[in-house]
Amino acid sequence: MPEIRNYTLNFGPQHPAAHGVLRLVLELDGEVIQRADPHIGLLHRATEKLAESKTFMQSVPYMDRLDYVSMMANEHGYVLAIEKLLGVDVPVRAQYIRVMFDEITRILNHLLWLGAHALDVGAMTVFLYAFREREDLMDCYEAVSGARMHAAYYRPGGVYRDLPDAMPKYEAQISRNARAMAEMNQARHGSLLDFIEDFTARFPKCVDDYETLLTDNRIWKQRTVGIGVVSPERALALGFTGPMIRGSGIEWDLRKKQPYEVYAHLNFDIPVGRNGDCYDRYLVRIEEMRQSNSIVRQCVEWLRSNPGPVITANHKVAPPSRVDMKSNMEELIHHFKLFTEGMHVPEGEAYAAVEAPKGEFGIYLISDGANKPYRLKIRAPGFAHLAALNEMSRGHMLADAVAIIGTQDIVFGEIDR
Amino acid sequence: MTLTSESLQAAIRASLGDRVVALCERLGEVTLEVRVEDYAKIAGFLRHDGALRFEQLIDLCGVDYSTYGDTRPVRKRFAVTSHLLSIAHNCRLRVRVFCADDDFPLVPSLIGVWPSADWFEREAFDLFGIVFEGHPDLRRLLTDYGFVGHPFRKDFPLTGYVEMRYDVDQKRVIYQPITIESREIVPRVVRDESYGTTAGRK
Repeated sequence: MPEIRNYTLNFGPQHPAAHGVLRLVLELDGEVIQRADPHIGLLHRATEKLAESKTFMQSVPYMDRLDYVSMMANEHGYVLAIEKLLGVDVPVRAQYIRVMFDEITRILNHLLWLGAHALDVGAMTVFLYAFREREDLMDCYEAVSGARMHAAYYRPGGVYRDLPDAMPKYEAQISRNARAMAEMNQARHGSLLDFIEDFTARFPKCVDDYETLLTDNRIWKQRTVGIGVVSPERALALGFTGPMIRGSGIEWDLRKKQPYEVYAHLNFDIPVGRNGDCYDRYLVRIEEMRQSNSIVRQCVEWLRSNPGPVITANHKVAPPSRVDMKSNMEELIHHFKLFTEGMHVPEGEAYAAVEAPKGEFGIYLISDGANKPYRLKIRAPGFAHLAALNEMSRGHMLADAVAIIGTQDIVFGEIDR
Repeated sequence: MTLTSESLQAAIRASLGDRVVALCERLGEVTLEVRVEDYAKIAGFLRHDGALRFEQLIDLCGVDYSTYGDTRPVRKRFAVTSHLLSIAHNCRLRVRVFCADDDFPLVPSLIGVWPSADWFEREAFDLFGIVFEGHPDLRRLLTDYGFVGHPFRKDFPLTGYVEMRYDVDQKRVIYQPITIESREIVPRVVRDESYGTTAGRK
């Protein structure tokens, strides 16, 4: 009888289901995974080391590029840590704007996750639908910051500027007739808030459409039910956060349990799974999109009736207005010092965490009183999740590894940093 | 049940006694400093004690304190800082341990207490060269295969030592000493507290 040996298979780093640059060394017994050893670091840019040589403000755009599908949530963690050390107060309107964009970001992230995950296990249509809605949300990003993805919109002490009164419109092209144009611009005649409100009105229907395609789909269930089961005890021990721990049945959400910004005033529920498999995590994320939609709606309502400042008036942290800067010597000095030397953060250390779409995104910041961080540690949720891939995929078939990578919602920008 | 930071500190002090090197609260965060020889035992205690129950190791990282500001009396160079989270009591704790030897930083591994320490410790080993005793698989994690040095140490230059390029003659990718110069556009500066106020002008 011939000797039967385990087979070692290289998965990635260039593989469409590897979600970026994951190199996975799989040890297979036939088609059953015995051991999965993820090799990461192919996207390592040493963000934390770079931040040590940049002023606090200059690192804000780096945060966008960590988890590059939930950009503003990363910025949020970073500015919260700085604000904690500085002790500055953020205007309430800025807090609402941040919460609104955090939830828009959550929908953006979950849409990409849903599309990519479904595509990985063989459903093409959801991907196209999800990207259609993502386009509208990225237009919101663009309207407010000028960039579709890497916004750099949150600043220590508030947000860069107030919400715009007009939404950019599509312009005439050879390939568009007047009727098509009118249709495309239908929701764009009012302000950004009108556009977002219109989106929240039609989005629940879109989620229904995704669910029609997947929730009761026989193939989808065959690929996800009972795959990658994590018990609540193991989920805790492995450092899971976000939808990964909620899918295992633990009701834990920083927005509710350790509320930051104005989450304490908003009304929403935490969806929790029961079996801890890929299907439950799918259901949790779908419900999170609905809850986020409702939070966005509540924020729009509040923001409509409460105008006010959106960034702190402390000019050692935030720049003065252009008019003040040009007419007032003191403000000119503030402006000059802020943009040449940067703000000084008092000596000390702080850990600030936000409930990012993927889980707990934390920033551990050590400052020695200089204009640059002494040490910045980014706690990426995906890092702990991917570390558990070995345990989650052991004993599953090769094809299930793809479903498990998909359910972990991995993005290498944040894992490799 | 939520544990306030006062009761958390009291509970730690009561049960650890003189094994606590420092315990303080700042900005609403409790920091516990322990000696390296007590580290593993205290970690197990924090995980399993009924009054504390820190089920989750949220984060673990190395810190190189070698160039930290003048105000601090120079102590050990390397520290390992971990952030714990108790879901049962809804509270957080930061645990810091300084490595005894600056030339060979050695800390016991927490992988037996919290399995999530696995990759966090591999990362700290990779970036700072801190060795975790008892870790079953202490390989480099983030840097390239065959990387030399520990890049997050303060004496490692931001530009690194080598760069990679494709060599046309050899028809392969090669490493060579870097050809770029390190430059600092905004200098690092620490100002005293009264800087920029009217009190500072006098």
